[in-house]
Amino acid sequence: MATDKVDPIHQFNLTKLIPVEIGGLDLSFTNSSLFMVLVVVSTAAFLYLTTSTRGLVPSRMQSISEMSYEFVASMLRDGAGSQGMRFFPLVFSLFMFILIANLFGMVPYFFTVTSHIIVTFAFSMLVIGLVVVYGFWKHGLHFLNLFVPQGVPMLLMPLVVAIEVISFLSRPISLSVRLFANMLAGHITLKVFAGFVFSLGTLGALGIGGAILPLAMTVALTGLEFLVAFLQAYVFAVLTCMYLNDALHPGH
Amino acid sequence: MFVTPAFAQQSSDGALPDPVDTTPAAGEVQTETGVADHGEAHGAFPPFDSSTFASQILWLAITFGLFYLFMNRVIVPRIGGILEHRRDRIAQDLGEANRLKEEADNAIAAYEQELATARNRAAEIAQAARDKAKAAADAERTKVEGELAARMAEAETHISAIKGEALGEVDAIATDVVSELVEHLLGGKVTKAQAAAAVRDAQAK
Repeated sequence: MATDKVDPIHQFNLTKLIPVEIGGLDLSFTNSSLFMVLVVVSTAAFLYLTTSTRGLVPSRMQSISEMSYEFVASMLRDGAGSQGMRFFPLVFSLFMFILIANLFGMVPYFFTVTSHIIVTFAFSMLVIGLVVVYGFWKHGLHFLNLFVPQGVPMLLMPLVVAIEVISFLSRPISLSVRLFANMLAGHITLKVFAGFVFSLGTLGALGIGGAILPLAMTVALTGLEFLVAFLQAYVFAVLTCMYLNDALHPGH
Repeated sequence: MFVTPAFAQQSSDGALPDPVDTTPAAGEVQTETGVADHGEAHGAFPPFDSSTFASQILWLAITFGLFYLFMNRVIVPRIGGILEHRRDRIAQDLGEANRLKEEADNAIAAYEQELATARNRAAEIAQAARDKAKAAADAERTKVEGELAARMAEAETHISAIKGEALGEVDAIATDVVSELVEHLLGGKVTKAQAAAAVRDAQAK
């Protein structure tokens, strides 16, 4: 297992904690599942406990909960209008889950739930599926106006519609790959640089001197990764708001 | 059935029985085949290992579903309620402050009105007192003046009476003086009637 210590991919391995198998499907409770549970329980507990006093003048911790609420609320109101507020619980849950999962990933030895594409893809399919279902349910076939921008010459219309359709279909992919790739690449880069420190450190005095460079890089990258962790959760939530806006107002 | 080296290894690692026909779709297994060739030592690249997809989706659905329900039922109404309550409370307090301010303004206006009334009344009372005093003083003065005038008239009549009296006596004295003068200078005797006639003549001239 010594090679695993410096193997940058090892951190993404799933290990089965409680093997479960139903009808040939592997549904084991893995380390990923464990961290999903941890993310959900800690976030829910934080939000629940900090707001339990319902203080008129909020305590610091209550302010954090209120700020995250108002942050997502203003994001959704700006992105999808006041009608979009009916999706607030979903957007809030998505933002909080992704943010806390990303930040959990920054803790050493913690598993990053969002570094697996199936998780981010499931989230993006949830959003796009909601957009499509709600769009057709609310607007019927008018929802297809989404693909027909107004004021485009008839000659260019087939081309524009084709582009719009392709861009719509690529949304779940771009939405999921963006989050997944940022998390994956960030953690691999961190691990690689941290691995350099380890490898150079074993090479004697000169190596220890040389290890300072990747060490500084690791520290800087850690800061950057915290930023990315927040930013990607924010980007995911903002794009969710924009896509929901399409479902609410398909006529552009 | 697509049994790749990676898949086989994965199966044996996890002590899974041989996959039956309901295992992940053929396409997914094929993707895995492509990736598996690169990292044989550790099986497939973990994020692309489709054998873990079902478990991840299931547990994500369970955890995120419960999380969503909890947010939807408890947290969002609660924080929304807190913020709403605060907004209401602030609006209410502002209303209360406005009401109190209005009340204070009214009280000030009433106070000033009262003050103005009192001042007017004071002025009125002062004026009345002044008028009364003035009237009394005037009455006193006219009374005193009347008295003085009466006394003056009385004095004048008195004086004129005395003067008349005196003037009357002047004639008598003149007559006496005439008779005396005549007696002393001429040695004759004049009667009182003659002397009086002479005085009357002299006075007439």
